[in-house]
Amino acid sequence: MSSVRDTGYEGRPEEIRAVPVRRPGRWIAAAIVLVLVVAVVHSIASNPRFEWHVVGEYLFDERILEGLRVTLELTVIAMAIGVVLGVLLAVMRLSLNPLVSGASWLYIWFFRGTPVLVQIIFWYFISALYPKIDIGIPFGPAFIHGNANTLIHAFTAAVLALGLNEGAYMAEIVRAGIISVDEGQSDAAHSLGMTRLQTLRRIVLPQAMRVIIPPTGNETISMLKTTSLVSVIAVPDLLYAVQAIYAVNFKTIPLLITASIWYLVCTSVLYVGQYYLERHYGRGATREQAATPLQRVRGILSFRRTGEHFRTSSGEHR
Amino acid sequence: MSARPPMVLAEGVHKRFGRNEVLRGIDLEVKAGEVLCLLGPSGSGKSTFLRCINHLERINVGRLSVDGELVGYREVAGKLHELRESEVARKRAEIGMVFQHFNLFGHMTALENVISAPILVKHEPRERARERARALLDSVGLADKHDSYPSQLSGGQQQRVAIARALAMEPKLMLFDEPTSALDPELVGEVLEVMRALARDGMTMVVVTHEMGFAREVADKVAFMDEGVVVEEGPPGEVLANPRQERTRAFLSKVL
Repeated sequence: MSSVRDTGYEGRPEEIRAVPVRRPGRWIAAAIVLVLVVAVVHSIASNPRFEWHVVGEYLFDERILEGLRVTLELTVIAMAIGVVLGVLLAVMRLSLNPLVSGASWLYIWFFRGTPVLVQIIFWYFISALYPKIDIGIPFGPAFIHGNANTLIHAFTAAVLALGLNEGAYMAEIVRAGIISVDEGQSDAAHSLGMTRLQTLRRIVLPQAMRVIIPPTGNETISMLKTTSLVSVIAVPDLLYAVQAIYAVNFKTIPLLITASIWYLVCTSVLYVGQYYLERHYGRGATREQAATPLQRVRGILSFRRTGEHFRTSSGEHR
Repeated sequence: MSARPPMVLAEGVHKRFGRNEVLRGIDLEVKAGEVLCLLGPSGSGKSTFLRCINHLERINVGRLSVDGELVGYREVAGKLHELRESEVARKRAEIGMVFQHFNLFGHMTALENVISAPILVKHEPRERARERARALLDSVGLADKHDSYPSQLSGGQQQRVAIARALAMEPKLMLFDEPTSALDPELVGEVLEVMRALARDGMTMVVVTHEMGFAREVADKVAFMDEGVVVEEGPPGEVLANPRQERTRAFLSKVL
């Protein structure tokens, strides 16, 4: 039953007040989900083998916090290498020089086509392949000269493997971002006298960021977890730290839960960071920027208090 | 012989895209201070010719010069040498261009769009660039839109920002590539008004357009193009009122 009554030109037409359609399916689905959630929570809480007190005991253990530090360090350095390398490879890939774009293609093909775990182990054993390493001008003088075993220890191998691998993935993400920017933007920049480099840096990349940021956030979150692979070459990261502890006291499950909690905390922080980065690079892309969750909460609070809608300076969305 | 060289001089200009010959021998001259309107059906090569003038496209045959200097090349002892990228950029900086789809930089406000090239290309002090940009935006009737992003502006407003952006480089020649074709009919007038004022101030302009009224009123010369050649050119009074060529007549009867 619905009714629409037009009161004519004098008054405002009355708003539609209709009886909503009943959706019994939703209620049934909600009930099933609720029962399942209660069952899972109950089982987790009541099963003593989870040993939650052990989790609490070790959550802030020094060795675990040290492992967490190594994990974060690895993530940051590897992602930094990945992003820089990715931009470089993406620009190379779009080069008109077939040798340059071919080299980039080959790199991406190789590093995406082999498992990252294999790459980590490979870099760890690089001294078997190149016992001595010279870094300098090819066929010319060397600036760094040394034994591979002393130059590349476990942490370096891990950073190299994760960073070089990430570069290949980031390259594709950056390339997609660059391609997504309309060619007219480059035309306009060139017609104003900007060089190709200026156009890329000032006009194309900033607009490509809107497309690049979300998958990069994804990559960072993925990287945080992928760093756990380095435990196989005995880099003392978060996973390695808990493994070292449960190898002694056999509290395997609670310690894995401890590690998982820290991984979850870190990924959650990254979620928030990603949200604000996306907002920053989304400016100009939408007519009105959506309010942040904080602004929304404040809006609801002030609505309760004053009965008026809270509006942010840029205007609230929806 | 102290006469100023023509602002644009095209002699037998050909342009191919692969095997598709888009321009097939264009001869045109635009004197300093003149307004030339290029008319013709879509696909006739008008826009391509315009893009050749500031070397966004490179020509395959013929000679094309702006203000007495070859576009994209330097002639040394009868031999053409390609210009370096920075040299091409420096020449483009002297030629303003306005596009059909505005091509405003989406991540910048109207003001930032206008100051971007003066600061980046001419290394103008930021405060001076802002001052000039404000005056330019005011002069195209956008005094209250300085801090709006392109997505918050109407098509007509965006196109006027685009014109201000091009003028900020103080060009000696302005190229307009169908500047009103993407606009709602009621917004065409405001853009044409700005262009009319520009012509009145003596700016040299090459305008690709379908606005016959504008061509008749503002142009010193119109050229009708079809299938990559200039079919007919002359003062608008002659070409638009009494076309000599059959093809021109057929086209005009459709658009007028």
